[in-house]
Amino acid sequence: MTAKGIRIQGLKKRYGSGDTAVDALKNVNMHVAPGEVVGLIGPSGSGKTTLLKCLGAVIEPTAGKMILGDDVIYDDSWQVTDLRALRRDRIGFVFQAPYLIPFLDVTDNVALLPMLAGVPNAEARKRAMELLKALDVEHRAKAMPSQLSGGEQQRVAIARGLVNRPPVILADEPTAPLDSERALAVIRILNDMAKKFETAIIVVTHDEKIIPTFKRIYHIRDGVTYEEEGEGRGFE
Amino acid sequence: MISLAGRDILHSWGKFVFTGMGLGLLIGVTLSMAGIYRGMVDDAKVLLDSSDADLWVVQKDTLGPYAESSSLYDDVWRRIRDMPEVERAANITYLTMQVGKQGGDVRAMVTGITPGGPGTPGWPPYLVAGRHITRSHYEAVADIASGFKLGDRIKIRRNHYTIVGLTRRMVSSNGDPMVFIPLKDAQEAQFLKDNDAIWEQRRRTAENPAFNRPGVPGLLDAVIASQSTNPYVNAVLVRVKPGYAPEEVAESIRRWKRLTVYTRSQMEEILVGKLIATSARQIFMFLVILSIVSSAIVAFIIYTLTLGKIREIAVLKLLGTKNRTIVGWIMQQSIALGLIGFVVGKISATLLMAPIFPKYVLLQPLDSVMGFIAVVMICVLSSIIAIRAALRVDPAEAIGG
Ligand SMILES: Nc1ncnc2c1ncn2[C@@H]1O[C@H](COP(=O)(O)OP(=O)(O)OP(=O)(O)O)[C@@H](O)[C@H]1O
Ligand SMILES: [Mg+2]
Repeated sequence: MTAKGIRIQGLKKRYGSGDTAVDALKNVNMHVAPGEVVGLIGPSGSGKTTLLKCLGAVIEPTAGKMILGDDVIYDDSWQVTDLRALRRDRIGFVFQAPYLIPFLDVTDNVALLPMLAGVPNAEARKRAMELLKALDVEHRAKAMPSQLSGGEQQRVAIARGLVNRPPVILADEPTAPLDSERALAVIRILNDMAKKFETAIIVVTHDEKIIPTFKRIYHIRDGVTYEEEGEGRGFE
Repeated sequence: MISLAGRDILHSWGKFVFTGMGLGLLIGVTLSMAGIYRGMVDDAKVLLDSSDADLWVVQKDTLGPYAESSSLYDDVWRRIRDMPEVERAANITYLTMQVGKQGGDVRAMVTGITPGGPGTPGWPPYLVAGRHITRSHYEAVADIASGFKLGDRIKIRRNHYTIVGLTRRMVSSNGDPMVFIPLKDAQEAQFLKDNDAIWEQRRRTAENPAFNRPGVPGLLDAVIASQSTNPYVNAVLVRVKPGYAPEEVAESIRRWKRLTVYTRSQMEEILVGKLIATSARQIFMFLVILSIVSSAIVAFIIYTLTLGKIREIAVLKLLGTKNRTIVGWIMQQSIALGLIGFVVGKISATLLMAPIFPKYVLLQPLDSVMGFIAVVMICVLSSIIAIRAALRVDPAEAIGG
């Protein structure tokens, strides 16, 4: 295994302190290589969302180590000062709901982040169009989010997650609102994108329909991760 | 760069335009209020300018003739005129009263002017129609704001007058239009008693043994004759010869004639500082209240709009958007609302409110500029609550549970 992608070692997260403290993550160890899509599954309350928030740098873990690419971003404390810039430049997010900005058209929803980061509008829109093409929604490029189907919205959201070419994408139940055909299509896209852009993708899911598609799965139970071979069906 | 505020406004422009129009009417009222105050000050200046006087000589220790009643003997002016520094001196009377006309009364400031023709202090400086008063009785020149027309017959006390000329912008400090009539008529109107009162006075005089002495024939008649003349005016307007300082002339009149004298700037201070001070305070109160109401509206609208976008804000924060971008988004929307409001307000004040308002409304560009700055500041301040709410949004919320 290469050192690239994302690597998590002995990650712990405790909410609160004293009698009411909750150890949401006790010992999390993961490694996702560039181009790889892994599933993260576990029962309710096992710590999936907590882990995603730690990886997404919106809450601070209690202890452990997180390495993104060649950089140690967390080692018992944050090793980067600007967490927002870290999120913007190096982590892509895809949510259960697409959460598109309602007053921007499809292209600008995707192009928004680079535009806000100072990339010239034309350049940012060109990048957005390439992604929309890759995700097969370029024909809806001028539509407003409210005019799209659920599946189209989710593909636009994936394009937005990819637009800054982040080395890692965190996907939180990305297929929950979709039927099985569309859910499988989204997973196929994520696999394609992972290969194409050398991205490490972690998909948190309950969704029985897509679990067989992962080649590797992390189970999480009571804040502890267990690695498992997946069936890896369908996407070779 | 992309303007989130701009795109957001374009997307929900209806909301912005309608709120902006409501706000605009408030701002329009605010601007008109300021305009009314400016109009009152300007009216006062026009009143003083058109009197064409350097000095106002009034009853001792009064603030007359505009702010307090003042009465002087009507021969005082001769002694003043004879002073070497004085170019012209003229009697004047002012009396605010109801002027009768067929179809309703008009409240007006009836001004008695001495014969002498245009250029005499107190005479209207120019007419917009008709001619000046030429006869010594029963002719009147009225301000156009009174609604009178050339040839109209009006009734002041017991006498009828014909309107022979019209002026513009000649109003009292209360905004009542001025009606000029010959001084003698005006003195009579001001000091005239009704017939019953005259009879009553004659009877009392006749019964008084001091005046009705058997040994002095003609005394009673002389006393009664002196009682029925009206030898008073409200003020003497004085124009100083070129080369003399009005303040020095005023000082010598004060010393030698034992009268109170005001210069032009003192008179302006009385009119603006005392006479319209109460109105100014009321207007200022309204300005404050309207500003508070406007800020409350802007704050409420922007806050509501922001609450409706909490999820988008959380997502943007999670995706790494800077706080500066989010603050800018909300504040620009707030300012945009203020801009729409200001434009609507300025237009409605200029085209709608000022023309129909019964008083002179003077919209000064400087007031508009200050109003504009105030609107922008109010909008910036009002957006603070919304901005605080937005900054409190936790990006983790976007990830859900
Ligand atoms: N802010 C918090 N403060 C205290 N305890 C928390 C907090 N958030 C989560 N927990 C606790 O941490 C544990 C893990 O929660 P988490 O939300 O990560 O579970 P999950 O795997 O996402 O569950 P689900 O599938 O139901 O969403 C739970 O016991 C939960 O009660
Ligand atoms: Mg969860």
